[in-house]
Amino acid sequence: MANVLVVAESRGGELRSVANEVVTAARKAADAVGGEVHALVFGAPGIGAAARESLGRFGADAVVAVEAAGLEHYDAESLAATTAERLKAGGYRAGLFAASAQGRDLAPRVAAALGVSLASDVTELELSKDALVVKHPVYAGKAIATLRLAGTPALASIRPGSIDAAEAPRTARLETAPPAQDPTASRVKVREMLPRGDAKLDLGEAPVIVAGGRGLRAAENFKLVEDLAAAFGNAAVGATRAVTDDGWRPATDQIGQTGRMVNPNLYVAVGISGAIQHLAGMRTSRTIVAINRDKDAPIFKLADYGIVGDLFEIVPRLTEEVRKARSGG
Amino acid sequence: MKIAVCIKRVPDTEMRFAIASDGKSLDQAGLKYDISDFDGYAVEVALRLTEKDGGEVAVLCLGPDGVQETIRKAFSMGAARGVQLKADAVPFDGFAIASALAAELKDGGYDLILFGRQSADSGNGTVGPMTAQMLGLPCVTAISHLELADGRGTAHRELEGSAESVEFPLPAVLTIDEGIARPRLPSLKGIMAAKKKTIDVRPAQLGEERLTVQAMALPPQRAAGRIVGEGPDAVPELVRLLKTEAKVL
Ligand SMILES: Cc1cc2nc3c(=O)[nH]c(=O)nc-3n(C[C@H](O)[C@H](O)[C@H](O)COP(=O)(O)OP(=O)(O)OC[C@H]3O[C@@H](n4cnc5c(N)ncnc54)[C@H](O)[C@@H]3O)c2cc1C
Ligand SMILES: Nc1ncnc2c1ncn2[C@@H]1O[C@H](COP(=O)(O)O)[C@@H](O)[C@H]1O
Repeated sequence: MANVLVVAESRGGELRSVANEVVTAARKAADAVGGEVHALVFGAPGIGAAARESLGRFGADAVVAVEAAGLEHYDAESLAATTAERLKAGGYRAGLFAASAQGRDLAPRVAAALGVSLASDVTELELSKDALVVKHPVYAGKAIATLRLAGTPALASIRPGSIDAAEAPRTARLETAPPAQDPTASRVKVREMLPRGDAKLDLGEAPVIVAGGRGLRAAENFKLVEDLAAAFGNAAVGATRAVTDDGWRPATDQIGQTGRMVNPNLYVAVGISGAIQHLAGMRTSRTIVAINRDKDAPIFKLADYGIVGDLFEIVPRLTEEVRKARSGG
Repeated sequence: MKIAVCIKRVPDTEMRFAIASDGKSLDQAGLKYDISDFDGYAVEVALRLTEKDGGEVAVLCLGPDGVQETIRKAFSMGAARGVQLKADAVPFDGFAIASALAAELKDGGYDLILFGRQSADSGNGTVGPMTAQMLGLPCVTAISHLELADGRGTAHRELEGSAESVEFPLPAVLTIDEGIARPRLPSLKGIMAAKKKTIDVRPAQLGEERLTVQAMALPPQRAAGRIVGEGPDAVPELVRLLKTEAKVL
C-alpha cells in the first residue's frame, strides 16, 4: 500500500498549526506514490470532529481520532505504541511527524518500536516507490545534507515552518480508535504545566520574531522589544544566549545552535552582534532586519535590511511606524 | 547510583568548515574534535548526582580509536569508567548507533542513562529515545531540570512556549538540554588520573544502516543585504521596504 500516515499534533485540545504543514507534506508525498493521507489525532473525547474539518482542508483523506481520558496531555508511551501499531497494521509506505518538542520525542520511539530508521528534522522531502529523499541541516545549519532513507515505513519528522501549509480540500472520513496502550498506565507522568514567560505566541510558530541581544543592556529594556513585537501583532520575542545567560529572559527564549531553531517570515535582530551560534538558529528566516550601532557587526552580512545606530532611538520610532503601517496609515 | 552517559565525539566546526571533495562529507584537514556540547552537560549532571549521593559514572562512546581522546576528557572531568564501542566510522543513521548502545547497556545495571538532546554534527536527536525504546525503559527527552529521590525522578521538559514537570521511576533514560548545568573544566588532578585509567574496547554491534548521506552542500547564500540608513531617520524607508519589497507588513 502507498498510504501516508501523519501524527497531527495537538495541545490543550487544539490542533497546532504544524499539523497543517505536516498534512501538506504528506499530501504531496502520497500523491507522488498514489496513496491516501491518514491523520492520527490524539486527545480527549471530541477532538476528532474538529480535526476532521481542519485536516481535510489541507488534504487528509481520513482522520483517525484516538480519544481517551489521559490523552489531554502528550503521553509518549501511549502515543508511541498506538502510532507504531497503526503504521504496522495499515501497511503504510510512510509516517510523518512534526519535528516539534513533541514530535522529536515521539518519532524516534516509534521508529525503534518498529525496528526502522528515521529521518529527523527535515526541511524538504520527496517520496518515491523505493526511497524517501530528504534535506536535513547538519553542523548547526552550516551545511544541508541530502539523505536517502530506505525501508518501509519510511519515517520522517518535519521542521516546523519549513513547509507552507497549502489547502487541498476534501471531506475526510472520520474514524475513532482506542489507544494501543492505556495512557493511565504510562510510567512517565506529567505532574504540572509550568508557566514560561507570558507564552503568547510560540517562537516556532510566530510569523514575526523580534529578538534582543546584549545591546539592550538590561532586562527592563526588553520592554522596547516587547512593544515592537506588540506593534507587529503577530510577533514573538526571542533572545541571544548572552541575554538568557544573564537571566534577562527565560532560557526558552534563546535562539541559536543550543536554543531554538526558528524560521519566521520576518526576524528583527535588535542589539545582536550575529555570532555564528546565534545565526545557526535563525539564518533561514525569510527576511532579516538588523539594528546595531556597529556597522561592522556580522549580523549585517546576513540581514536583508540594516539600520546602523542607537537602538534606544531607533526601536521606539520603528514601533510607532509599524503601528501606523498596520492601522492602514 | 550507577550512571551511564553516552557521549559523541564531534568535529569543532567553529574555526573551519569546508565540504570535502567527495561532496558529501566534511573536509578533515586541520579539524579538531571535542565532546558534543549537550553530552558535556550530561557528564556534568551525572557527576553532580554521584558526588551528592555516591555512585559511579561510566561513559560510552561509539566510534574509531580517535574517540578514546573524548573518553579521556570525560575521565579528566571525573568519570570512573569508559567504554569504546569500536567501529570504523560513526554511521549517520541513529538507529544503527542506538542498536549498538542498547546492546552494550542492556545488562549494565544502570540506574540512569544519560544522552545529549542532539549531537552537534548530525543534529538528529534520535539516538537517546531510540535506545530507551530498545531497552524498554521510561524516557524523558530534552530536560532542563532534574531531581532524584527514593528511586524516582522529577524533570522539567521544555515545550514550545511552555514546559512540563514530569515524574518517572528509575531506571530511566534522559536526554539533556541546554541550561541544566555548565560542564566543569578538567582539573589538573583529573587530567593526571585520566592518563592512568583504562578504556574497555568492544566491537560495536551496529544496527542496519538505512539512512545514508548522499550529498552535502553549503546552505543557499542570502543575497547581500543592504544598510537602509543610519539612525531613526532611516525608519520610514525601512518600513516602506518591509511593506512593498519584502511584503511582510
Ligand atoms: C557552544 C556554544 C553555544 C552557543 N549557543 C548560542 C545560542 O544558541 N544562541 C546564541 O544567541 N548564542 C549562543 N552562543 C553565544 C554566542 O557565541 C554569542 O556570545 C552570543 O550570541 C552573543 O550575544 P549578543 O549578540 O546578544 O551579544 P554581543 O555579541 O555582546 O552583541 C551585542 C551587540 O549589540 C550592539 N549594541 C550595543 N549597544 C547598542 C545600542 N545602544 N544600539 C544598537 N546596538 C548596540 C553591539 O554593537 C553588539 O553588536 C553559544 C556559544 C557557544 C560557545
Ligand atoms: N557515536 C556515539 N557514541 C556515543 N553516544 C552517541 C553517539 N552518537 C550519539 N550519541 C548520543 O546520542 C545523543 C543524540 O545524538 P543524535 O541522535 O545523533 O543527535 C548524543 O548527544 C549522545 O548522547
